[in-house]
Amino acid sequence: MITQFLSQMPVLLVVLPLLAAPVCVIVHRAAPAWFIYALISWACFAIAFLLFVQVRIGGPISYILGGWPPPFGIELRLDALNMLVVLLVTGIAAIASIYARASIAAEIPRERAYLFYAALLLCLCGLLGISITGDAFNLFVFLEISSLSSYSLIAMGAKRRALLSAFQYLIMGTIGGTFLLIGIGFLYMMTGSLNMADIADRLPAVSDTRTVEAGLAFIVIGLSLKFALFPLHIWLPNAYTYAPSAVSAFIAATATKVAVYALIRFLFTVFGAAYAFGQLPLGEVLMVLAVVAMLSGSVAAIFQTDVKRLLAWSSVAQMGYIVLGLSMASATGLTAALAHIVNHGIIKGALFMAAGALFWRMRAISINDVAGLGRRMPLTAAAFVVAGLALIGVPATGGFISKWLLLEAVMEDAHYGLAAAILVSSLLSVIYIGRVVEALYFRDPADNDGKTAEAPVSMVAATWVLVGASVALGLYASPLVETAERAAAGLLGSGA
Amino acid sequence: MREHTVLRVVVKLLIAPILIFALYVQFHGDYSPGGGFQAGVIFAAAIILYALIFGLAEARRAVPPGVLRVIGALGVLLYAGTGVYAMLSGGNFLDYDYLAHDAVHGQHYGLLLVEFGVGLTVSSVITSVFYVFAGRGRRREQS
Amino acid sequence: MSLATIADAFFGLFNYWIVIVLMMIGFYIVISHDNLVKKLIGLNLFQTSVFIFYISMGKIAGSTAPILTEGDDAVYAHPLPHVLILTAIVVGVATMALGLALVVRIHEAYGSIEEDDVLAADFETQDSEAATERARQRSAEARQQAGARDDADDGHRAGGERADDGHGDERT
Repeated sequence: MITQFLSQMPVLLVVLPLLAAPVCVIVHRAAPAWFIYALISWACFAIAFLLFVQVRIGGPISYILGGWPPPFGIELRLDALNMLVVLLVTGIAAIASIYARASIAAEIPRERAYLFYAALLLCLCGLLGISITGDAFNLFVFLEISSLSSYSLIAMGAKRRALLSAFQYLIMGTIGGTFLLIGIGFLYMMTGSLNMADIADRLPAVSDTRTVEAGLAFIVIGLSLKFALFPLHIWLPNAYTYAPSAVSAFIAATATKVAVYALIRFLFTVFGAAYAFGQLPLGEVLMVLAVVAMLSGSVAAIFQTDVKRLLAWSSVAQMGYIVLGLSMASATGLTAALAHIVNHGIIKGALFMAAGALFWRMRAISINDVAGLGRRMPLTAAAFVVAGLALIGVPATGGFISKWLLLEAVMEDAHYGLAAAILVSSLLSVIYIGRVVEALYFRDPADNDGKTAEAPVSMVAATWVLVGASVALGLYASPLVETAERAAAGLLGSGA
Repeated sequence: MREHTVLRVVVKLLIAPILIFALYVQFHGDYSPGGGFQAGVIFAAAIILYALIFGLAEARRAVPPGVLRVIGALGVLLYAGTGVYAMLSGGNFLDYDYLAHDAVHGQHYGLLLVEFGVGLTVSSVITSVFYVFAGRGRRREQS
Repeated sequence: MSLATIADAFFGLFNYWIVIVLMMIGFYIVISHDNLVKKLIGLNLFQTSVFIFYISMGKIAGSTAPILTEGDDAVYAHPLPHVLILTAIVVGVATMALGLALVVRIHEAYGSIEEDDVLAADFETQDSEAATERARQRSAEARQQAGARDDADDGHRAGGERADDGHGDERT
């Protein structure tokens, strides 16, 4: 029984949330639905951890669905790269479960909360599915599952503008998903296979055709829409601003990261670095867009009055860092990108959770609303400061490690301009984080009762767990960096 | 549309064959074109036709939305549960070979159960979508 | 290029032309139309063109439906793209349902489904919010300075009344 359980763990990551979502719908009550979500997300986290160890020791795991061997059937394929992403997603989901209860009780009508948890479970199912599947079409299906559930999660925001932002996200996201579908169709036409490893084997023979090039273009653009690469980021600030706090935290920390993972998977495992970056000038294109994203996102963040919107624009900039890392297609660059996926996921999750806790107290989240809260909500404000420092990239935080790796990668290729862009963008992030911190600590609160009034313990604790994780990853960086290095080596090895 | 006698009679005659046809498509899906998706939509079409002619309130009385919600969820559970049962019997997820004493029967049961789950979910979801959209405008008119 | 090759490019690949034309029509509707329902129709057309692309991809000239019959070795159409597209159609249906549900809610919240009207309403709230925020910022700064002066005078902090605390009422 135990061995059977161990061998079934990969699929359980997807099946548990999938099974739990309808159960949430049947129970129809907020409290049990929350309990189910918490139970499943922690179970998934535990399974992810066990699998991570298993992959670390024994190498990649392949799981065959339905008894059809690959390349005919759907295969789940776990290696160093996607276990990193799975750990991030399940970890954030598990911590969000602690956070969500109080936050959701305050922001979503009680009678609809069960639907919220069902949608959150489906979103988790989709994100984990994208991360572990080894089948290109299956990836599309999971991507749409996660996207559809995140549209509805965003639409649950309290303000009416949440509806229009969800609608815009739906239009952009569906176009992105359909582009991905076209790209996969082109690949299928040329190779006759949907299994990623099998496509990778068959592609070199036909890689000079226009069809494969067009397929690559469609896939890159489709996925870029999903993770909001610079000119395709229009949906992101509104969606993150008006979503319920717990959703902003969860989606900002995971959804875009998983889409980037999918891009890395396609570019390096399926097409191969030599083709995508050697034969085609994709690296240069992505590099330019990444730099523009880094600078424009940071500049836009400075001028926001809403803290959540400020964080959302900062996400646009941070996605730039990740894409810059992967656009160099070097081992160090990829390592930096992967490390930043994890670090930024944790940091942005912590920042949105802190912002959500401030919102919980004030029912509004403009910079003026949070003025002076540093004294009234010391723990939340301190969490925001530490996570903000990590975002800027101050030493002894996770953000420093990945930015340092990125700088190292840039200097390796002697791109001094890029190094300058990274530094400028980091300085800009000092300004926008500084604006919030200034309001928190150096301005008088609007009403001067001077008493401390923290957010619920569960929300503060969840925020601090993420903040602590970010600091821990800054102080003990070697496990993360080492895993990212192994994953990067695996990607470049299979691509060459 | 209550006053249209011809429509009422024709629809009354049609609904039963539509439901039967839906079940035919459902259970012949293993051997011929068809399956849960198609059957579910056809089944929902019968209910929607009923609602169009006899009114939403009548349809809601015949097929209450709360029941649909549960059936829809149960369909997903049936689908995933079949997969989990295969796992518990020693196979991989959705490996139908492990569902019965021999592989051929197992495949048969598996396909039937999974398609039935899909059919339940699709029909109830399509009907729920119709209820929600149709009910929304009506409530606004009343208010 | 001779006439024959041009004709071949058009008629030999006519399924692709259909796909491209449909896709561009759909895309154009999404971009150009203000009405949110029309946008969704365009989106659906856009998706449908991809479905046709997949379906035509699986067709082999002179092939029959891939159904097993006794003692038959006819040429079958490739069933896999068709099955894939069944899944994609379901995704499309779900997207449509969700999109339309959002449009209904938008109509209830804004009283319009023209994107221009909705955006205008949004910009109006945004502008008034921004104005309020600027005013609050100014009054906060003034209070800060007053507080600093008072501190310097007699160590007594001015309470400062709460500035305009309406942050753009949402008409929900």
